[in-house]
Formats: sequence, structure tokens, C-alpha cells
Amino acid sequence: MSFTVPAQLEAEIDKLITHYPVKRSASLMVLHSIQENFGWISQEAVEWTAAKLGLQPINIYELVTFYPMFRQEPAGKYQIKVCRTLSCALGGSHQLHKHFCGKLGLDAHAHGLQTTGDGKFSVEFVECLAGCGSAPVMMCNDDFYEGVSHSKADEIVRSCA
Amino acid sequence: MPSECRLILKHADEPGYTPDIECYARHGGYEVLKKALTLPPKNLSDGKTINPPEQIRDDVKLSGLRGRGGAGFSCGLKWSFVDRKSGKPIYLICNADESEPGTFKDRQIIHKDPHQLLEGMIISCFANDVHLAYIYIRGEFPEGARILNRALQEARAKHFLGKNILDSGFDLEIHVHRGAGAYICGEETGLIESLEGKRPYPRIKPPYFPAILGLYMCPTIVNNVETLCAVKHIVAMGASEYARLGTPNNTGTRIVSLSGHVKRPGYYEIEVGRVTIGELINDPAFGGGLRDGRTLKAVIPGGSSAKVFKAGEKFRLKRKVEGKDVEQEVGMLDLPYDFDSLIAAGSMSGSSAIIVMDDSTDIVEALANIAEFYAHESCGQCTPCREGSLWMSKALHRLTHGEGRKSDADYLVKIADNIPGGRTICAFGEACSWPVQSFVAKFREEFVVKGAADEERRAKENKTAEPIAKAELAVSSRH
Ligand SMILES: Cc1cc2nc3c(=O)[nH]c(=O)nc-3n(C[C@H](O)[C@H](O)[C@H](O)COP(=O)(O)O)c2cc1C
Ligand code: SF4
Ligand code: FES
Repeated sequence: MSFTVPAQLEAEIDKLITHYPVKRSASLMVLHSIQENFGWISQEAVEWTAAKLGLQPINIYELVTFYPMFRQEPAGKYQIKVCRTLSCALGGSHQLHKHFCGKLGLDAHAHGLQTTGDGKFSVEFVECLAGCGSAPVMMCNDDFYEGVSHSKADEIVRSCA
Repeated sequence: MPSECRLILKHADEPGYTPDIECYARHGGYEVLKKALTLPPKNLSDGKTINPPEQIRDDVKLSGLRGRGGAGFSCGLKWSFVDRKSGKPIYLICNADESEPGTFKDRQIIHKDPHQLLEGMIISCFANDVHLAYIYIRGEFPEGARILNRALQEARAKHFLGKNILDSGFDLEIHVHRGAGAYICGEETGLIESLEGKRPYPRIKPPYFPAILGLYMCPTIVNNVETLCAVKHIVAMGASEYARLGTPNNTGTRIVSLSGHVKRPGYYEIEVGRVTIGELINDPAFGGGLRDGRTLKAVIPGGSSAKVFKAGEKFRLKRKVEGKDVEQEVGMLDLPYDFDSLIAAGSMSGSSAIIVMDDSTDIVEALANIAEFYAHESCGQCTPCREGSLWMSKALHRLTHGEGRKSDADYLVKIADNIPGGRTICAFGEACSWPVQSFVAKFREEFVVKGAADEERRAKENKTAEPIAKAELAVSSRH
């Protein structure tokens, strides 16, 4: 599989690199750009990033394996992240997670990210999203939702066209 | 009547207040920066002069401002440790990682009043001779990062950033750097590693004190979002005026994040120490009390790492009464919400996040939830932390899934006691053991009863188990 970075994305990445006196510092930002564009970070993307920043692939690979937000395989088009941590748990986030899984035909007890067969939805638990005062909270892609009731959850799913 | 004292959040929730620079300017925005950049040098009687940056640093010290990120360390003192003789550039990083469970205050500032943070940062950079600064924002705040980037662009266009800012001769550039979902990036040396493009493994101190060997091994200041906003107000009001807010040694205002089982969870800015925990939970101006028909069970007073308080706990605290030190008994709900009182009561105000639990809460489940967080977030460098956080989480998982033992309470404490106290590189070691130590110490019965019930149930099941299954079990346990 060949990996090509669109010219516009590469220009954006080149600009990011100028924000730092040391190129390597840009790794996380470059990986974010790549993941936003491709949806995940492939081995080829790791190699491309390393070459871009004058590093060995391992220097980038170790980031992709450490930071929870980076994905090494494709996830659903709509990624639902439900907060697992205490304040949200007290506010019903585990029932919310179960509700999403039930609705989308996913296994609520399986570990890690669950994706529907058609690749449309992924559901996962994440740690505290810093919205604890309006538990339970969640994100759907970049959008943040507070006080999510089960009917609001259904609405969110419906709005994912 | 206790009430909020909105200084940093003064405008944030006003109708019509928007995060753009025009709105900020209409509310007096960037006037304090202009004041800071044009301060005249101060001449002392002994012929020495104090230049404007040094004056601001002195003011921050005099104001008594303590860091709002977690440790509550004096901001002025931290700035005074910066190695200004090394000849290397000095960096400033705003810690916008906001990842301590229970905390959601920095998000409000970033989303609703980003220019206030920028103004505070620019002033702090001017005061510390910093020409390149970063905002390290957690990856889960994509909208926050966009808002900050827009604000930075606006500030550049108005010449509050860039070369020769407002013709003062001062140059500064600020960039946004996004994390990617790891809690340990909030720890300042982990944050620095992450900003260098590496895994966020915290650095050992000594020698890697950020003030001396920080970003790129250069002197570096790491401050929380709220701390940097406070700097703006200190310069605006003057140090002594700012210090009048709050209580001695606990000056200024602080944004408290209140969550869990209260009627009105939310963020409340208070004068430090002028409101008690009980008022924060029960007063109509704040939490508005517990849900109807419920009673209080436990309070985590400073983010999930802070040691838990049990309802009804009492503490003996040294207090000043008419100038004399006396020891007084203070109930948990009567503790003033400040740095020193909570430390004296054996916990901490940490990131100023209060999590309230009522009598419907299963305490063992609550601790299991917290322990799972730490097991997931340990960076893995130090054996006691990496293994200990995982063992504690596994034991608690067992205990909340019908596989507990009576001895689990002791087992948990034994592990927790062996993680902190200089055995680990960073304070995460403490952070993951304090909840376990305090929950088990204060709610021991619940842990023991649960474990004992599981043991009893298993003993019964064993008796009735099929002989073949039993034989298989015996074989498998021999391997
Ligand atoms: C495990 C751990 C996590 C932390 N997370 C944060 C955080 O999310 N935000 C923050 O401002 N400080 C956090 N801190 C505290 C920082 O290390 C540092 O003390 C703080 O940013 C200093 O800023 P301040 O002096 O303005 O409070 C954390 C500390 C530890 C040990
Ligand atoms: S104490 Fe834990 S989080 Fe901190 S450096 Fe060691 S292993 Fe990492
Ligand atoms: S615990 Fe869910 S957002 Fe903090």
C-alpha cells in the first residue's frame, strides 16, 4: 500500500514544524494531523513521519503505542467516547455506555474500542473528559456532549448521517 | 451568606460575552498588558533600580499566589528559582492538560475567555524574559485548541504577540501543542518530555528541576491555566490588593469544580478559605445540598488523588484565635476550603475538585473506579507504581466482581503503602496510593464485609460443585 500525503496537508505539517526549535517536538502535532486526515496511523504513516522529522521510525512508533488517542487501525466514522471515570460513573455513564453498545449491537463488556460491522460507529470508554459537573459526558468525534440521557444518546446516533 | 467571588470568571458566563478579541477589548482586555509593558523602572533609595519584569515578579511573590494546578506551590518562589544566568533561553509552558478526575475549571477559561489566559501568559513571559511559550492542551480538547489558535491569531494581528510587542522592544511567540490522551502529561516533567516529542516519562528530580533543566534542558516555567490568569489580576490590582482576597497564606480566588451527588454541580469561584466544604456542598449559592432523601457518605476534596473524607469526620487543627495558637476540633464540613486547612486535615485541595458521594454510593465500587484510572495511566517507568497500581486495580476488580477475599483490605493497604515515599520518579506514586490508603482506612468494614461474603459464597459453591469440575480444578491448580 502506498502512502501519499496530500500537498495541502504536507504544507500544514511543514508549518507546524516551524513552531519548534527542535523538529522532533512536532511529532505529536504531526501525528494528530495525519490521524485527522487518514483516520488512523499506519506503519507507512509512522515511517513517513519519522523521515519528515529526521527520526527513526521507532521514535514515532513508540508514541503511537503509548498515547491512547492515536489509533493503529481504522475506527468507525463516528467515534463515541463515553467517560468512564468516577463523577460520570456516579452519574450513570456506565449505563450510557451499555445503552450505546446495545443500540449499535456491540458487546459492552469487551475490552477496548468496539466498531460496528459497517464501520460507521465505534464506541469506547475514555478517562475523565473534564466535564464532571454535567455527568455523564461523552464525545462524538470532536463534539462534546454533557448530561447525556439515553434519549439524547439516541438523538446523537440519529444525527450521525 | 457565603457567595461566589468572580474575578477570573467575571465575564465568562455573562449573556453576550464571546471569546473573540473585540469582546475582550470592550471589557478592558489587554489594558493590563499595556500597563505592564510601560511600567517605569523603580528607583530605590540605595540607588538601585528595579526593572519592570522584576517588579512584576516581586508583585507575584508578594501577592502570595499559590499554583492552581495541584501542588499549591508559591508561584513567586517558583519563578525565583529560574536560572537567569545560564545564558540559555527561558521557556514558559501553560499547563492546560486538565486531566485530574473531577476537575473542569480550565476548560471554562479556555472556551469562554481565552484572551484572559493569553494576556496572563504574555505578562508572565514579559516578567520572566521568555520569548517562546507553549500552551500544552490535552488532546481531548480539540475545540479548546481551535479556540486558542483563533485567539492567538487575533492577538498577533493586534500586535500583542510577535516582534517588538506594542513597540516595547519585547518579542514573544506562543504556540498551541496538543497532547493525546495520557494523564501523566499533566505532570510537569512528563509534559516537557511530551512537548519534546517523546513519551511523557517524568524526569527524576534532582537534577531535572524545570526551573533549571526543563524544555530542551533550558530553564522552564510550567504554570496552570488558572495561575497564569491570576497573574493578570495581580498586575491589574496590585499585589496587596490581591492578597486581601482570600485568607492569609491562601490568597486570591480559586475556581472549585464540584461534581457528584449534589443538586447543583458546577464550577464556583470563591475567595480561598472564605467558604467551607459544607457550604460548597449545601449552600443554595453552590451545590444546593444532596439529592432529596439522601445523606452524605464521603467527599473527595481535591481531585481523585486526594485522600477521601468520611461524613462526620472531625479533625484537630491548630488555629489562630486572637493572635494565639489554639487547637480546635473542626468537623469535616466546617473545614475552610483552602490549601492549608485541607493539608492539616490530612488531605489536600489539589486541583480544587470536590467529588461528593451520598449514601447510595458503593464505596468499594468507587475506589475500584479510581484505581482503574491509575492502573491505566501509570507511565510504567517505576516498578512500584506500574505494578502496584495494576495489582490494586485487579484486587478491586475481583472484589467488585464476586471474587473478593476477606483479606483484600489488608492486601490493598500493603501494596499502597509500598508505592510512595521516594520510591518513584514522580508524584503519581502518591496520587495512586492515597485514595486506596484513605478509602480502606475510613471504610474498612465495607471492604471486609464484601470480601467475606464472597468467600462464604464460594465455599458453598465449592461444596455443591460437580466432582469432575472439582477434580479439574485440583489438577489445574497444581500447574
Ligand atoms: C500525576 C500528576 C498529574 C498532574 N496533572 C496536572 C494537570 O492536569 N494540570 C495541571 O495544571 N497540573 C497538573 N499537575 C501538576 C503539575 O506537575 C505542576 O505542578 C503544575 O502544572 C504547576 O503549575 P502551578 O504551579 O501553576 O500549579 C499534575 C501533577 C502530577 C504529579
Ligand atoms: S511514579 Fe508512576 S507515573 Fe510517575 S514516573 Fe513512575 S511509573 Fe511513571
Ligand atoms: S469524570 Fe467524566 S468528565 Fe470527569
